[in-house]
Amino acid sequence: MSTVHLSVYRYNPESDSEPYMQDYELSGVTPDTMVLDAMIRIKAQDETLSFRRSCGEGVCGSDAININGRNSLGCITPLSILKQPVEIRPLPGMSVIRDLVVDMEPFYRQYRAVQPYLKIKDPIPEVEFRQSPEQRERLDGLYECILCGCCSTACPSFWWNPDKFLGPAALLQSYRFLADSRDQAGEERLNALEDSYKLFRCHTIMNCVQVCPKGLNPTKAIGEIKQMMVKQLI
Amino acid sequence: MGVENLDPGEPVNQDVNKVDRRRFDTLVIGAGGGGLRAALQLAQADAAVAVVSKVFPTRSHTVAAQGGMNAALANVLPDNWHWHMYDTVKGSDYLGDQDAIEYMCRAASRLVIELEHFGVPFSRLENGSIYQRPFGGQSQNFGGEQAARTCAAADRTGHAILHALYQQNIRAKTHFFDEYFAVDLIKDQQNFILGAVVISIETGQPLIIEAKTTLLATGGAGQLYRTNTNARINTGDGMAMALRAGIPLQDMEFVQFHPTGIAGKGMLISEGARGEGGYLINKDGERFMERYAPHAKDLASRDVVSRAIATEVREGRGCGPNGDHVLLKLTHLDADVILKRLPGIRDLSMTFAHVDPINKSIPVAPTAHYTMGGIPTNRYGQVVVPEFQGAEEPIPGLYAVGECACVSVHGANRLGGNSLLDIVVFGRAAGNHIIEFLGETRYHRVLDQDSVDRALEHLARWDLKGDGESVDDLRNELQRTMEDYCSVFRDHDVLDEGISKVLDISRRLEDVRLKDHSSVFNTARIEALELENLVDVACAAVNSAFARQESRGAHSRIDYPERDDKHWMKHTLYFKEGHQLDYKPVRMKPLTVEAFPPKARIY
Repeated sequence: MSTVHLSVYRYNPESDSEPYMQDYELSGVTPDTMVLDAMIRIKAQDETLSFRRSCGEGVCGSDAININGRNSLGCITPLSILKQPVEIRPLPGMSVIRDLVVDMEPFYRQYRAVQPYLKIKDPIPEVEFRQSPEQRERLDGLYECILCGCCSTACPSFWWNPDKFLGPAALLQSYRFLADSRDQAGEERLNALEDSYKLFRCHTIMNCVQVCPKGLNPTKAIGEIKQMMVKQLI
Repeated sequence: MGVENLDPGEPVNQDVNKVDRRRFDTLVIGAGGGGLRAALQLAQADAAVAVVSKVFPTRSHTVAAQGGMNAALANVLPDNWHWHMYDTVKGSDYLGDQDAIEYMCRAASRLVIELEHFGVPFSRLENGSIYQRPFGGQSQNFGGEQAARTCAAADRTGHAILHALYQQNIRAKTHFFDEYFAVDLIKDQQNFILGAVVISIETGQPLIIEAKTTLLATGGAGQLYRTNTNARINTGDGMAMALRAGIPLQDMEFVQFHPTGIAGKGMLISEGARGEGGYLINKDGERFMERYAPHAKDLASRDVVSRAIATEVREGRGCGPNGDHVLLKLTHLDADVILKRLPGIRDLSMTFAHVDPINKSIPVAPTAHYTMGGIPTNRYGQVVVPEFQGAEEPIPGLYAVGECACVSVHGANRLGGNSLLDIVVFGRAAGNHIIEFLGETRYHRVLDQDSVDRALEHLARWDLKGDGESVDDLRNELQRTMEDYCSVFRDHDVLDEGISKVLDISRRLEDVRLKDHSSVFNTARIEALELENLVDVACAAVNSAFARQESRGAHSRIDYPERDDKHWMKHTLYFKEGHQLDYKPVRMKPLTVEAFPPKARIY
């Protein structure tokens, strides 16, 4: 049991002219206490603190925040590994609605832009499409994305061009369908990525890989897409 | 009847009280698997459909379902839908409605294949077909050898299905109201449901969504309990909205305790872990399920396994310094099985129990998991209530599917793998029935202003200022009370005390005050509205449990240890008004096959 100091980003557009950092002290923190647990305990004392949360186990992707300068999920980040005071801020590069809640719409828009659904052109059979375990394995590391936004909002290219560069999360999803043996729109998908921004603003900075709470590798997926494009040209 | 000739989806401005109005053919409340499957059916039929969800759709709790979805594909072992039906009826402890169960089990294979066509990345067998694993309560040939019926995408099946359904809705251009919270249903004098009053969480502004049909798909109420496997959003919102609209809740005494939540914390460890060969041991290292279920052992029904664990703990054979849990052993499995088939639960174990299941057993305990009861419906998803001559008269314009509904395919105990199936089957069925209803219903009815005003008053109650108890304290007290007084084992005295405690909390709710009265993204206000919902649902659960003097499925009465088919093979109906209870018969007649009559339930 120990005491932890936190410094939390606060901004309420109805009452604050500008954002500020507010300090909190929490006692009775155990090695198991996660950042989200701490935020919930703070909210019990000060209900004006707003943040998103749901599953509490790293599956729903609601509580992506910036903790000590690094994007992560509050619910699976233990306080015990963090330097104090623990600085909690909203995801960078996004407009803040209130406190730790940011407007995720630009992120979701880019996700929708890659047409993230299976496209089949042949008549649909009455049984499942056959897919070998090896073909299915190509989707591992891609389908697990929880759309938390940690990667795209850690990406300088996305900060600069959130409307033109699709960002790591959307590109990972694009590759998830390009890599699916069942999808029949590969050429169309690759053609749609052909401009100087959508895909090619990735400069392999690899912040996305570093922060992904699910251990996924968007930079690798982006590289695979580029290779597919080259193959298509040849 | 007066009608207004406006197109669906068109904003309507001539409003009283200056509350904005939107108008759709159908309003779907909740964007988990049930709501999204229904919305997809409707959007594909060119209905104007609005989906309201208090979280972005892929944050809905379907995302956390792990083990899989049952369908008798027979890809691994022989199987057919009739055996699945038998297992489900038996699992329900004969409280499930056999027409709905037949409908669900027959539809299962086709709907799993449809999900595969939607893009769900199911795990695969060598021949390229969908991977299936054994799960609890499954048998071949009506109670014979273990079956392998659960279609899985590793141990992230819910995630895979929810994302695929959301993606299909993007394709179908479904209209989403993300981060809108539904406050109350709008109902007119003739008992027609006309939509709902919702608020935008981002702006705090109310909005009236008018619809010819409204579908509740708001999920369960796991947050009734302090330790639960559920997301924080699972607060029984749709159930409570129904109660406030005068609609009863059915079979709310049946709460499933999952045998394997991480001890003391609650994160779910899928039944798939036992399906892949894991088993439970007590402090003596004994595989104790052999004593409780000699045939099915660790793959007996969840109620049976949870009671066995609770009994081991009560009799002093629990593990840990407090002897309050048992261990789930996977260490004898090939590491590759864990890495390929159970990667998600390995992550959860390492993060929350500091245990890598490849080389150490996971501490687990029975944990509140699933609400078998809910809003009574028929197999078309229509909400049905006792009215006039019939016990099951549809409420015009109102539907419910998934965990918030009680159709009832799960009866007194749900089988693992049947909830993902339930939401897809009945989400689709409700969508189809709504399409029919819309075909006959060309115009919106006149909005009922009284009903709108009541919802706005309900909302305005949280603008009251002053001192009072906090939402957080009262919710904690409610969760502790439910855990202490309405848990795995129950009896008369404990439940009696539970009722008075929950009623006391219900009275004190009136004195709760918010300190934060701001508009923009005020989550304190949302939590207050959720607490009201939880309290309404808690009243339903304790009152229903107190009255049922038998043990059936998940409802275990120490003072009435036997199932009593003569007096209690019937569904409970709880009404909010005066906490009244009523009962209706179980639908024993299947659609085409012979009924499965009740018999002793042995695993």
